[in-house]
Amino acid sequence: MMSMGALAALSLGSSACTQVQKEEFLQKRFREMTEAEKKTTIRRLEETYFRKYGKKFRIGTQPAESAVLWGYGLDLSRCIGCRRCVYACVKENNQSRISPQLHWIRVVRLKDGSLINLENAEHYYNPETVPEPGFQYMPVQCQHCETPPCVRVCPVHATWKEPDGIVVVDYNWCIGCRYCIAACPYKGRVFNWAEPNIPAEELNTEVHYLGNRPRMKNVVEKCTFCIQRVRNGRYPACVEACPTGTRKFGNLLDPDSEIRYLIENKRVFRLKEDLNTESKFYYFFSA
Amino acid sequence: MEAWIFFKRTVRMVFVGTKVYYLWCAFLLAIIGVAITFYAKQLDAGLIVTNMRDQVSWGLYIGNFTYLVGVAAAAVLLVIPAYIYHFDPIKEIVVLGELLAASAIIMALMFVLADLGRPDRFWHILPGIGILAFPDSLLAWDVIVLNGYLVLNTIVPVYILIKTYFGKEPVKKFVIPLVLLSIPWAVGIHTVTAFLYNGLAARPFWNASILAPRFLASAFCSGPAMALIIFQILRRTAGLKIKNEALFKVAELMAYAMFINLFLLGAELFKEYYTATIHLAPMQYLFQGLHGHHALVPWIRSAMVMNITAFLIFLIPSTRKNLITLNIGSLLIIVGVWIEKGLGLIVPGFIPDPLGEIYEYLPNINEIAISLGIWAFGLLIFTLFMRIAIPIQRGDFVHSKYGKAAGKPQYEPIKP
Repeated sequence: MMSMGALAALSLGSSACTQVQKEEFLQKRFREMTEAEKKTTIRRLEETYFRKYGKKFRIGTQPAESAVLWGYGLDLSRCIGCRRCVYACVKENNQSRISPQLHWIRVVRLKDGSLINLENAEHYYNPETVPEPGFQYMPVQCQHCETPPCVRVCPVHATWKEPDGIVVVDYNWCIGCRYCIAACPYKGRVFNWAEPNIPAEELNTEVHYLGNRPRMKNVVEKCTFCIQRVRNGRYPACVEACPTGTRKFGNLLDPDSEIRYLIENKRVFRLKEDLNTESKFYYFFSA
Repeated sequence: MEAWIFFKRTVRMVFVGTKVYYLWCAFLLAIIGVAITFYAKQLDAGLIVTNMRDQVSWGLYIGNFTYLVGVAAAAVLLVIPAYIYHFDPIKEIVVLGELLAASAIIMALMFVLADLGRPDRFWHILPGIGILAFPDSLLAWDVIVLNGYLVLNTIVPVYILIKTYFGKEPVKKFVIPLVLLSIPWAVGIHTVTAFLYNGLAARPFWNASILAPRFLASAFCSGPAMALIIFQILRRTAGLKIKNEALFKVAELMAYAMFINLFLLGAELFKEYYTATIHLAPMQYLFQGLHGHHALVPWIRSAMVMNITAFLIFLIPSTRKNLITLNIGSLLIIVGVWIEKGLGLIVPGFIPDPLGEIYEYLPNINEIAISLGIWAFGLLIFTLFMRIAIPIQRGDFVHSKYGKAAGKPQYEPIKP
């Protein structure tokens, strides 16, 4: 196995010998990079993106702030199943658009009276108008677990939990084994089965290294609570896009935050609590 | 100097053989060639060329990987009786069994590599230059134990063969501890591979403590079944010396293993069906179909018929000690366990997915071609191993001091 890996490395090294590709190939994991190495990497990436898309990217590397632990609230009594959040997320986070189209959020449709047994959840539905009588909707995305099973299984530590609780992926370190996809109980991760396909004019150029920067084929990706936004004092795109105020977001460590108010005053639950994932994604009913 | 001559003669030997040998190698090389073109396509376009998707994110490759780890582990079934109980008729085939294990491990590792999205980043997993997430990730454990097992199962047979070539007895003090170590290690590789799936709470189908014992039981059926067939072929084509007595002994052990395998399956079926919680769904999908989806049902039902038939064949002494029925039983086990432990184990783990979606998976031509290529590569390696090992064991290929240099070998098949 080792020799074959070396062989693969060798063939790659000899056939594509440009300096940029060599540097990309030898790039370290983000967490091991020194500040100087981070700077070089970012500059190289920005050049690569410019060549590829003809656009100037600003790739941020803002670290987590201290005394911040992000938490999410989702009011199931308000969600109408319009899925504006899904497409706002795609737009903000530079997911592949056309074959394949990747979604980080999935809004499942459930018949009234069935909430926990997701076996009856519908994933593909297209009514004239929403909401529909007799149905409720449950958006699901990465739940940013405190004990994330996906992080634990990664054989190369290409994914980890940041100090502010966001579970991130280093797309340049991921080897594409998809063990994390198997381990996630929330379907929170999606895979770039092919080279991502995004029209250049639809690209969002305000990106974070660990978030929405354009990805490459055969690596895994996921919701990052819009790390590029929330570390700059903005709400995640899905929160902003929701027309009904279903989505709440805030700092769990701040006693005056909205999310803390909801947890303390509403009856909240978390998805698949029996798995002890300690997710930071709280569902509740305001009515 | 002597070592260099041995090496030169070995290389020369690989390129000479009977007509059957040439045809066989050419056949395997052709399959490998075709597979390489398909793999090139996969490398270029990405894993999108497979039928795997986010819902079912592992498929034929990982199924084959699991099966082959089992085949490799089963080498101990040959080692245990030979060394612990001094059952001599088996002793001659231990070396071949271990080389079969080594070939199977090579195939298993190649299947992981074929499944890997970014083989170019393979170095990321190498400790020292990359990061091996040990002990957190069971995949890291697997990398360690599989490579260790590969080394172990290469050192022992190669050592014994070289000693035999030079007309010397293997040093027992050196070889016995390694052989004894390979027994728990074999159990280890298959246990760790089972834990890889077992440790995922998100997948109730795999998250059953019976998984590792079942893996071992089914491995101790499929591995020896493969060995039985291969040894008979080699007896006819390459003059391998092996007595029927040895084959029947192995078959008897397989009957016990298959009994345990079927018993554990029954225990699992009882628990799932009697309690009938929502975690029954994957089992239902596999055996009966779920919400109108039943791609795997004909497969698993055939596998059940095959395994039970084979169990009866190996249980009844008169059919076990008849080469025709013995071979039928072996083939049934090879295929039956492959279905049960390949697609039948991997795919239902993903169906329904954690949010209840059902995506039906069956491999496509790209996956099948690449898989056949890996099998062909493994068989080629094994064939080359045998090309050297059997003449040494027969005494045809020995140090020049002890025998005349071997020309083009003429094997006369040994009558059973």
